[in-house]
Amino acid sequence: MNLEFARYSLSNGIMLIVRENHHAQSVMVRGYLRGGANLDPPEKIGLAAFTADVMRRGTEKRTFNEINETIEAVAASVYVNAGRHLLGFGGKSLAVDFELLVELMTDNILCPALPAKEVEKLRGQIITDLKELEDDPGGLARRYFREILYPPDHPYSRPVEGTLKSIPHLSRADLLDFYQALHPHGGIVVVVGDVTGEFVYQTLEATLGQWAPTHPPPDTAVPLPAPLSEPIRSLHKMDNKSQTDLVLGHIGPQRVADDFYAAYVGNTILGQLGLGGRIGHSVRDNQGLAYYAGASMLSGLGPGPWFVYAGVNPAAVDQAIELILTEIRRFNQELVTDQELADAKAYLTGILPLQMESNEGIAATLMEMQIYQLGDDFITRYPDLIYAVTKEDIQAAARTYLSDTVYALSIAGPYQGTASDES
Amino acid sequence: MGKSKAAGNGVIDYKLANGLQVLLKPIHTAPVVSNWIWYRVGGRNEQPGTTGISHWVEHMMFKGTPTHPKGSIMLEVNRNGGVLNGFTSQDFTAYFEILPADRLDLGLRIESDRMANSIIDPEEVTSERTVIISEREGNENNPEWALHEEVVAAMYRVHPYGHMVIGWKEDLLNITQDDLYQHYKRYYGPHNAVLVIVGDIEVDQVRLRIDELFGPISAGPTPPPMQIKEPRQQSERRVVVRRPGTASYFHASYLACEGTHEDAFPVIMLEALLSGANLGGGTPTHRSARLYRALVETEIATSASAHYQPSIDPAPLHLTGTVRDGHTLAEFEAALEAELDRLIHEPVSEAELAKVRKQVQAQFAYSIERVSSQAQWLGLMEMLGDWRRFDTFVDDLSAVTAAQVQQVAEKYLQPANRSVGWFEAVEPAS
Repeated sequence: MNLEFARYSLSNGIMLIVRENHHAQSVMVRGYLRGGANLDPPEKIGLAAFTADVMRRGTEKRTFNEINETIEAVAASVYVNAGRHLLGFGGKSLAVDFELLVELMTDNILCPALPAKEVEKLRGQIITDLKELEDDPGGLARRYFREILYPPDHPYSRPVEGTLKSIPHLSRADLLDFYQALHPHGGIVVVVGDVTGEFVYQTLEATLGQWAPTHPPPDTAVPLPAPLSEPIRSLHKMDNKSQTDLVLGHIGPQRVADDFYAAYVGNTILGQLGLGGRIGHSVRDNQGLAYYAGASMLSGLGPGPWFVYAGVNPAAVDQAIELILTEIRRFNQELVTDQELADAKAYLTGILPLQMESNEGIAATLMEMQIYQLGDDFITRYPDLIYAVTKEDIQAAARTYLSDTVYALSIAGPYQGTASDES
Repeated sequence: MGKSKAAGNGVIDYKLANGLQVLLKPIHTAPVVSNWIWYRVGGRNEQPGTTGISHWVEHMMFKGTPTHPKGSIMLEVNRNGGVLNGFTSQDFTAYFEILPADRLDLGLRIESDRMANSIIDPEEVTSERTVIISEREGNENNPEWALHEEVVAAMYRVHPYGHMVIGWKEDLLNITQDDLYQHYKRYYGPHNAVLVIVGDIEVDQVRLRIDELFGPISAGPTPPPMQIKEPRQQSERRVVVRRPGTASYFHASYLACEGTHEDAFPVIMLEALLSGANLGGGTPTHRSARLYRALVETEIATSASAHYQPSIDPAPLHLTGTVRDGHTLAEFEAALEAELDRLIHEPVSEAELAKVRKQVQAQFAYSIERVSSQAQWLGLMEMLGDWRRFDTFVDDLSAVTAAQVQQVAEKYLQPANRSVGWFEAVEPAS
């Protein structure tokens, strides 16, 4: 399979990738700038996400309401959001409305007004959202998992969206500081849809390409977190709930790690294939303990978590944890079977045409290729990368990252078992 | 091979002798195919005591047949580079596979096999009972879901839409293997099903395979008709759910009409005016809509939306939202009511209608870019009476006038026609 695209460079250094797709009437724009929640000072958690959201809520040219009226009148959308390493922006429209989409998107980046009124309006919304999270066992289990998995001074231990402690104290001046540190250096924009490359380039060069701040780009480097040296547990009891959520895991590989593909194929076997891989087979299919159970690996610019999750009946929490640990032990001690390996490889390579069917899927793949510098021929090489993984590679990756004795375990919900550590 | 006809947008529609309806739509833009089977059975076909049985049967359809043993169906699709799932609604149960185009045969073999040969093994029933109860318990953890359940239970006194598709927990504890098997045999005949295939297919070849695989399946018994009608509501109903929580939620449901009623399109338009057109296009259009302006922009709520799902029997317009911290459910309800009054008393401007029409057209265009969405649209429309409504949907919706919107607002948005739910959070016991 091949994925052709055109590459341009805007005069301020932003890289532009365009894939023409004339089967669709829509056009999809995804952009990233360096700088996300990792830049949040420890006492200002949530600053990147708050700033990104306010950037969408009024510019020097249009109020929040005017932006909404303008973009929604043509059923298009624009967004700005923050991840851990990157600030995302972009949108979607019918191809005929592409220039309008670019204009609004560019205004969000070049001239956001960060209106004080919108800052306060949004602050109340975030606080309500965070209070809702306090009542959500799944959300809390994931939040506390990160908190105990990464060292307390590492940005990965903190929630991108902020906390009930931090959000009330973020000022408009803080938001302005964060915004003013953003820079086009290292920025990437991917456009996919019913447009031509040259037209997209001309449109973006005349708008986003004119952004040329004079300050240096932010330092976005993040230190590697130290792995766990002993098991750690968080128990957040919520006796009024019906189901308990579990997250158990470790620090996983970076996307560019040498053993990434071994871990990726391995995770497919451990927690994805069929109904949640080996974990789903054991916890759901065989024992009937959970509706959802599986494993995920969030490899990115840094080492994201590699974890197993399940939502189980409160009476079955300890049993589910035992089953999960048994599966991790087996995964580390025994080689996966030939059949499992063949299935995982066939799935991960066979599914490419499905992923490439939509503009969204193509844009996501092109963006991944650029962020991690996977090479322009990545899609062509991808099947070889997957098929090169051996059973031994998977076991080595499992032993590098996973352990049934040293792990982080987060429990949120009703609990009648033997764990005693409170979060 | 039965008679067939190609109509709007190249859909080929025909029936096998055993009653199976087939809709085929070749699209060659990507080497992908989407294979769906729809059964006309869901929550609306269930009796008190066995609520949730349709959804449970759906789960059992992944537990295997003599040819496809337990666990092999999902795995087989995955190893062929495909994905699959199933879901149950109030009106239907649907299963689909999205596959590389040259693997369609696998989807056809799976669906024809489990239409006739699913094993509903007693041991698997026992293990799935706790999985389904776990699914329900996960839903119960969500206060908005719990409130929704209470509101529809208050609204429908006799019609099965009054219970959630997953069913009451008491019923889930009591349903037997025999109940499940009988339900399966009663409703999973080919005459009660529609096969929809959209994507990179060669029609003649696919028809031959459909004949070979589905043709021999016996038509089976005719499912019993569903004849329950909800009596007209005489006065407002209110429920208050008080339980530990950290936010307050509002949910009002006004009983409207069935999807084939002449009021359905004006109600969909009304929904779009309140919270933006929502046809699965992936672009949110709610922030310039009326509820967001009246409730979120005024800082009474952090979310506010309208939802109407066209259904076989009369379905409600749901109006829901989250109260902003420091505000009250009473404020939310008063502001909402003012907006609904405005719809009843002031005609919608042509400009606002034009905006929503454009949203509908664009959202529809986005939503049909994937072959799987097209298959889903066709199946859904057929479940509501006629897949051809897929072709005319945008035009029918765009033809709705301001007078029609006002008319349905006046007809349905009356206090005596609503069931109102408040979720009041109380401090958890320490």
